[in-house]
Order: sequence, then C-alpha cells, then structure tokens
Amino acid sequence: MKTLTYVTALDASAGALMLCAVLLVWRRDLAALVRLLSVQGLALALIPITLGAHQRDGELLAVGIGVLVLRAAILPGVVARVLRGEPRPRETQPLLNTSASLLAVAALTVLAYAVSRPVVTLDPTPATHAAPLAIAVVLVGIFMLVTRRRAMSQVVGFLVLDNGIAALAFLTTAGVPMVVELGASLDVLLAVLVLQILSGRMRVKFGGTDLDELRELRD
Amino acid sequence: MSTMLLLGPVAVPLLAALAVAIFGWRRSTAYASVVGGCVVLADGGMLAARTQARHLALGHLLRADALTALMVIVIGAVSTLAIWASIEYLGVEINAAHTTSARARQYGVLVNVFVTTMALAVLANNFGVMWVAIEATTVTTAFLVGHRRTRTSLEATWKYVIICSVGIALAFLGTVLLYYASLHAGATAGALDVDTLAARAAQLDPGVTRLAAVLLLLGYGAKVGLTPFHTWLADAHSEAPAPVSALMSGVLLSVAFSVLLRVKVVIDIALGTGFLRVGLLVVGLLTLAIAASLLLVQRDYKRMLAYSSLEQMALVAIAAAAGTKLAIAALLLHVLAHGLGKSVLFIGAGHLQLAHDSTAIADVTGVIRRNRLLGFSLAAGFVALLGLPPFALFASEIAIARGVADVHLSWALAVALPLVVVAFAAIARQGVAMLLGPAATGSPALVFRRAVAAPMIVGLLACGLLGVTAGPLSQVLGIAGSSLASVQ
Repeated sequence: MKTLTYVTALDASAGALMLCAVLLVWRRDLAALVRLLSVQGLALALIPITLGAHQRDGELLAVGIGVLVLRAAILPGVVARVLRGEPRPRETQPLLNTSASLLAVAALTVLAYAVSRPVVTLDPTPATHAAPLAIAVVLVGIFMLVTRRRAMSQVVGFLVLDNGIAALAFLTTAGVPMVVELGASLDVLLAVLVLQILSGRMRVKFGGTDLDELRELRD
Repeated sequence: MSTMLLLGPVAVPLLAALAVAIFGWRRSTAYASVVGGCVVLADGGMLAARTQARHLALGHLLRADALTALMVIVIGAVSTLAIWASIEYLGVEINAAHTTSARARQYGVLVNVFVTTMALAVLANNFGVMWVAIEATTVTTAFLVGHRRTRTSLEATWKYVIICSVGIALAFLGTVLLYYASLHAGATAGALDVDTLAARAAQLDPGVTRLAAVLLLLGYGAKVGLTPFHTWLADAHSEAPAPVSALMSGVLLSVAFSVLLRVKVVIDIALGTGFLRVGLLVVGLLTLAIAASLLLVQRDYKRMLAYSSLEQMALVAIAAAAGTKLAIAALLLHVLAHGLGKSVLFIGAGHLQLAHDSTAIADVTGVIRRNRLLGFSLAAGFVALLGLPPFALFASEIAIARGVADVHLSWALAVALPLVVVAFAAIARQGVAMLLGPAATGSPALVFRRAVAAPMIVGLLACGLLGVTAGPLSQVLGIAGSSLASVQ
C-alpha cells in the first residue's frame, strides 16, 4: 500500500469511528443506535486491516476480520435483541438535551487531545497521530453511560467505550497480544450477553427498561 | 510438580464446576466443591513452601511468587468456608421453595468458575491476562448476585455489571498504554509479562506511564471498592446470597487489590514512589471517610458488613501507599485475616436473613439469648472484625500503623485514626444491638444447625490462630513484603 493511501485510510477509519460516536449521541431512536454501532464496528475493523495491509502482516489482517465479525455483526446483534419487544424504542429523557450533549462531546474531544499528548510524542507516526480520536471515543462512551436513562443506551455506551479502547490498542501497538485480544473479546461478548439477559428480566419485573426505576437500593 | 501446582488452583475448581454442571447440585457434588476449595488451599500452602527462594513459571502464561502463594491461600480458605456454607444455605432455600434445583445447579457451577477466575487472576504471568481474569469475575458473579431474582437483586446486578465493567475497561485502557510504553522501552516478546515489565520499568516513558497509572488505579480500584466507583459494592453485597457475599467481600476485593500491588511495583520504578503513593492515599482516605460516614447511618446488617469491607480495603490502600516491607507484609496478613473474619460474619448474617426474612438491624434482637452458639460465634466474628485481640486483625492493623509512621506519613494516620474509631463505634453499637439484650416478642426461633456452625467455627479458629502466631506464614509474608516494597 502506498504511504499516502495508507495514511488517508487510517485517518478516514479513525474519523469515521469518531463521527459514529457523535451521531450516536445525536440520535434518540434506539433502532438507529444499533445501525450506527454496527457502522462504528466496521470503521474500527478497518484500522487493523489497513495496518495489516501496510505492514504485510497476515495475523493482523486476520484479527481485523475477527474484529469485523464481532463488532459489526455479533455485538450489534445482541444489542438489537435487547430492543426486541420494547414498546417505545426511543430514548425518552436523557439527562442532557441534544445540543448540550453535542457541545459536551466537542469539549470531550478537546480534552482527549490534551490528555493524549504524551501518547503522540512518544512515537509520532501516522497511526499514533489518530490516537487522540480513540481516546475521544472512550470519553464519549462514558458520557453516554452517564447521561442515558434506558438500559439499551447504556449497553451501547459501554460498547462505544470498548470500541475506543480497541482502536487505541490498534493505533498505538498494532493490537495487544493474541491471548489477551481473544480473552478480552470473549469477556466483552459475555458481559453484553449478561446485560441483555438482565434487561429482559428488567422488562418482566419493572414493565420497561427505564433505569430510573432502579432506585430502591440506597443508604 | 511445579506445573501441577501452578495449574491446580485453576483446574480443580473448574472440574468441580463441570461435576455440578453434569450431576446437578447434590450432596456429593457440593462436597466435591468444598474439597476443591481445600485442594486450592493446600496448593497455596505448597506454593508458599516452593516460592521462598525463587518464583515458579509456566511459559508466558502462569507464574507464582510469594504474593501468588498467599493469595491462593486466601482464595482456598475463603472459598472452602463459603462453599461449605452454601450447602445449608441452598438447602434451606430449596426447602422453602425460594429456589429451584436448576437455579441451585447454576449457583454451584458459577461459584466454582468464580473461584477459577480469581485463581487465574493471581497466577497470570501477564498483565493482559490478569485483566481478562478480573473482568471474567464480573461476568461469573453477575448471576450469583442476581440469584434471588427479586426487583432489588436485579437492580443491584445491573449496577454491579455496568459499574465494574466500565471501571475495569479503564484498567484495560491503562494496560494498553503500559504495553505501548513497554514496547517502546525495548521489550519484544512478553512485553506485558510481570518480570519483563519490572525489568524494563526504568526505561518506560514517564508521560504515557503516568496516564496508564491513573487509569489502572481507578479501574482496578473500582473492583476493590475504592472511590469513585465504590457505589456498586454495598448493593451487590446486600443482595447476593450470603456465601457469595462472603466470597466477594473476603477474596474478590483483595484479589483485585493484589493486581494493583503488581502494577505498583512497575509504576514505582518508572515514576518514583511518590506518584502512586499520593494516588493511593487520596483514594484510600476518601474511601475510609465514605465508609465511616455510611456505617454511622446503616440500618441493614448486610450493608453494614459491606461498608466495613470498604473500610478495610481503604486501610489496605493506605498500607500500600506506605510501601515498606512491614506495611506490605501487614497488608497481606490483614487481607487473609479479614477474608476469614468477614466470611464468618456473612455466613452468620445469611443464617439470620433466612430466619427473619429481613436484613434490617432493627428486626434482629437478642441473638445470644435465642441461640447461644450462633450468638457467640457472631460475637467472636465482630470482635475479630473490630481488630481486637486475640484475632489477627489486631496485629495487622498495628503493623500497618507502624509501617505508615515509618515513612513519615503520620498526617495520614492522624486523618485515618478518627475515621477508624468512628467505624469501630458504629459497628460495635450495631453488633451489640443485634446480639445482646432481650429478644423482641415474636422473633422466629433460631436453629443453628451443625452444617452452618462448622464453617463459622473453623473460620474463627483459623482467624484466632493466625492472631496468636502466623507460624510458617510469617516467613512468606516477609518475602512477599520485601519483593513488593517500594522503600526499604
């Protein structure tokens, strides 16, 4: 792969990752969140695939395809099952309105660039120059977890956070060791499956998945 | 032989889980699980004997040193007691039709897999695998916390999984950054291995390592129960079945902390001892303040025990901040003694909960008059937890205080001491209210069956014995202390 196309492809994937995160904050329709999550998984998978093609690294290419299957198909599929049987598939009342949320995302992106300075300066390559965007995606994921009130949007927030971490791992180190990658992917899948089962039980017990119902336990 | 010792704590509970999965939760498989816990304990003892001079390793996968041996001992001891107590607990629940045999089977499988994941976390030779194991503990305990399937237990489970997964995700971010720094410090194969990282620590880039250190402290801190992610702890502990609370409180928190101790060795070389010391002190003292204030207003005895664990973990964090050989050795003794004492209390609390169908302190009165043996066992558990002699927490708390004073952190002691006194008074007052005095009219009869009494009494004896003499363990504590100490 020519250097220029390599850099363009890498920047485009990281940019698409971030754009999806912004759109996820913007949209209220829960079905749209699942589609966006799937697109974000695709953007994430393009990072190791681009790196693998550039470095002629077959293992990295294989990891990229694994990431594609897991994050663009399987995980959004599990999230979609949370949605099934939902009477009102919309985020009703997030703690912040849309414009305030988008402003917060802008602020978080600036923050991400500020805190990730040492990451870029340690090894300034085209890949690490995109690393601040991965950190921004992590922060956006945490932001979604804190401000959203529906069980499914929290699961989406958790996966956005996780996508950001995976992107950072690929951009800085071309991926963590294989055994860790496999274990971490399995953990994420199991955690999301657990959350899916719990949200099903929640619908039976509480008649919905509004997290404001969760307020019986306090001191 | 050493391969078997390294594989044992991971494989034996897994086999027990398999047995429960195939044959269901019945007398034979339940006792097989208890024996599995004993095997882990014995394995820990043999590891302790063999890791005195050097550490054992199995490729890049598993590794054992004195800290590992001690943590395997804690895991084995507490899981033996907790699974033993589970037999009676599940039996009563099945008799009262609160649970089904299918759910008892699920419980038995998950408890054993939970022990396996904890053993993997302390035996892993790689910071990435340690992370995978700690996150796996969250996944395996989720349905254990939600075992009772009530509205409140569902709420507790949701909060537990979300908060711990997010916290642990931050730790993964920190691990990735540590890996990045390690690769740029010249490490190639096994750049996340415990020994490789310790050897390369001096060359790690300080900027990236600082970022990693903060994330690792916050992330693993979430699983230990340290602020700002401590909120899951009381909910999960109060809703989980009592033997599971015993396991979580007694070992899970300290297993997560042992990972933090390993991280600390690397960070201290890379950034100097000051960086994590400040972080641990801030987090530890804040957690202590939160625990003490919530203990004061507590009206639920299982939540009270949970906040007491928060208090103990805060003390452990402060001891780690001091970082002397004495402080680390005392911290590890504290972890073992607290694991035993807290399990005894949770097992007893579970028995009270089953009898009263309530966890409110006000509903439980005059336990000593109603059943002398249960009352005195609980009283002894409280005495142990409050750090009074002859139990081991007395020795470990004094040694922690000395360790902290040795590195001129007396101001931290001055802040911590009043908080510890407040927590002491709060727990003592609630304990007295429940145990002493006359029983309220209409209190249900307390039957203290041998199956519940045995694990409690064995746990108390072990905790008391440890307080009189640590025996051969004192040498292992010393070795672990000096290998993890950041200052001499």
